[in-house]
Amino acid sequence: TVVPTEAKIHLINMLSESGLPVIEATSFVSPKWVPQMADQVEVMKGISKKPGVSYPVLTPNLKGFQAALNAGASEVAIFGAASELFSKKNINCSVEESLQRFEEVMKAAKEAAVPVRGYVSCVVGCPYEGQVAPKKVAHVAKRLYSMGCYEISLGDTIGVGTPGSMTKMLEAVSKEVPVSALAVHCHDTYGQALANILIALQMGISVVDSSVAGLGGCPYAQGASGNVATEDVVYMLHGLGIETVRNQFF
Amino acid sequence: MGNVPTTVKHCLSYKQIIEDYPWLRSWLQEEKIISDHDYPEFVKIVEVGPRDGLQNEKEIVPTRVKIQLIDMLSTTGLSVIEATSFVSSKWVPQMADHTDVLQGIQRVPHVRYPVLTPNMKGFQDAVAAGATEVAVFGSASETFSRKNINCSIAESMLRFEEVIRTAKDRQIPVRGYVSCALGCPHERHVEPSKVAEVAKKLYEMGCYEISLGDTIGVGTPGSIFKMLQTVMKDVPVNALAVHCHDTYGQALPNILTALQMGVSVVDSAVAGLGGCPYAQGSSGNVSTEDVLYMLQGMGIETGVNLERVIEAGDFICNALDRRSSSKVSQARSRTL
Repeated sequence: TVVPTEAKIHLINMLSESGLPVIEATSFVSPKWVPQMADQVEVMKGISKKPGVSYPVLTPNLKGFQAALNAGASEVAIFGAASELFSKKNINCSVEESLQRFEEVMKAAKEAAVPVRGYVSCVVGCPYEGQVAPKKVAHVAKRLYSMGCYEISLGDTIGVGTPGSMTKMLEAVSKEVPVSALAVHCHDTYGQALANILIALQMGISVVDSSVAGLGGCPYAQGASGNVATEDVVYMLHGLGIETVRNQFF
Repeated sequence: MGNVPTTVKHCLSYKQIIEDYPWLRSWLQEEKIISDHDYPEFVKIVEVGPRDGLQNEKEIVPTRVKIQLIDMLSTTGLSVIEATSFVSSKWVPQMADHTDVLQGIQRVPHVRYPVLTPNMKGFQDAVAAGATEVAVFGSASETFSRKNINCSIAESMLRFEEVIRTAKDRQIPVRGYVSCALGCPHERHVEPSKVAEVAKKLYEMGCYEISLGDTIGVGTPGSIFKMLQTVMKDVPVNALAVHCHDTYGQALPNILTALQMGVSVVDSAVAGLGGCPYAQGSSGNVSTEDVLYMLQGMGIETGVNLERVIEAGDFICNALDRRSSSKVSQARSRTL
């Protein structure tokens, strides 16, 4: 169901009061492909931006980037894939072609002094290719990082990862990208998200993507869950004595 | 920066070092914290669905359905299946058919079918019905003990001592459970030292294995680590098992933590059967399917066939007219 714009704005405003430092607000993708995000401009302009909180938006290409900037975005994100087939099916081009598209966005973002976050999807499995080589993930992550992304979020898009595959993948990626610039974006489709996040934390990762109420199912396994729930992640982190709200003293 | 030595971090800025000595970058990254956990090569899964699971389901399950579930589970490779409970049917109507269940199932060679025996009467009934392994249930929380079985922890230990002694005479192995190991619905916080005390008592009385239960699922990797560290001072790790509930979604990371500490026995329930009687609508037992998926992904042997467990889960969920609590089962049944 397409969510009304006021509901989206209200949700983001509520999240802004919870202490979260980063809230991904919307996506400047063509409404033809993602009707749910058609109200991108109204959402961006309608939310009450809390000082100290960033509201990154997805920008798949230069057109999206410029529209985002016009709508007041001050941080953007780009989405690469570690799987060729997934890239072709999802955004209609090869991984290399998508990286070249992103270079354009990176250049414009640098000029506008806008930070860019890079996502790599299918890091531990692909709905089409099955297994994904850790080296490939490291390659894409490194490219995005070298292009200028300040952070690389490694996404288990179909939630098939386990502490076994996560370890191997993170070992490979952390050889190419400093662990402080890495984040994990685990899906809970097979119930493995929290275990995978724990492994990532043990390997030095300190940025975790999650979604309030575990919003968002899995388009590749109907009825199955998708994103890991922010509430469950915070419960685990607090139980571990890990702070989730940082006070800036300067 | 996870891979920069602490002393260096305090003396100089990491960025400054890298600027002055660019060659250092790769060296510092080579020193990456490689996950050097020694996981067990084999994990024994103790399937508690037919007992702990069904006991916490609202619908009374017909005897033949229980028998069929256990028979299906017997073909999956599981080596331990908790079959039923010889508790008074007045307290637990779901387990009223304990004798019929135990006598009705097909006992597969190399599979054990422990049953709960809260007292001597239960033990005698169990033996008469053909039980060859039993289990006793202690609590780490006084209030929980009183509210659940109407006596103090010390009194319950006396009761169990009798059962264990008699069981030993008949060469019947006894498994000990400690509930509320990570929190109590009444007392909230439970001291790890109390858990260790009860675990040690059960172990010294003669239980071959102690299953530490997060009865209300409030545990996290932080609290389970502290608890296990304390218990392991008094009970050898190879005699310990974890029985994690998934009420707050923490079961798998808790189990992972336990594995990292050397525990190699995990209790779980097919389809995540059994809600939480203390948090209505919430989930209870961790699902066997999700545990197996994780262990397989880590290259840890279990001897259990995941697909067959999923089938058994589908069967019982159909019979109960409920959705499986297993994420793996949900994902598998709908994948493109």
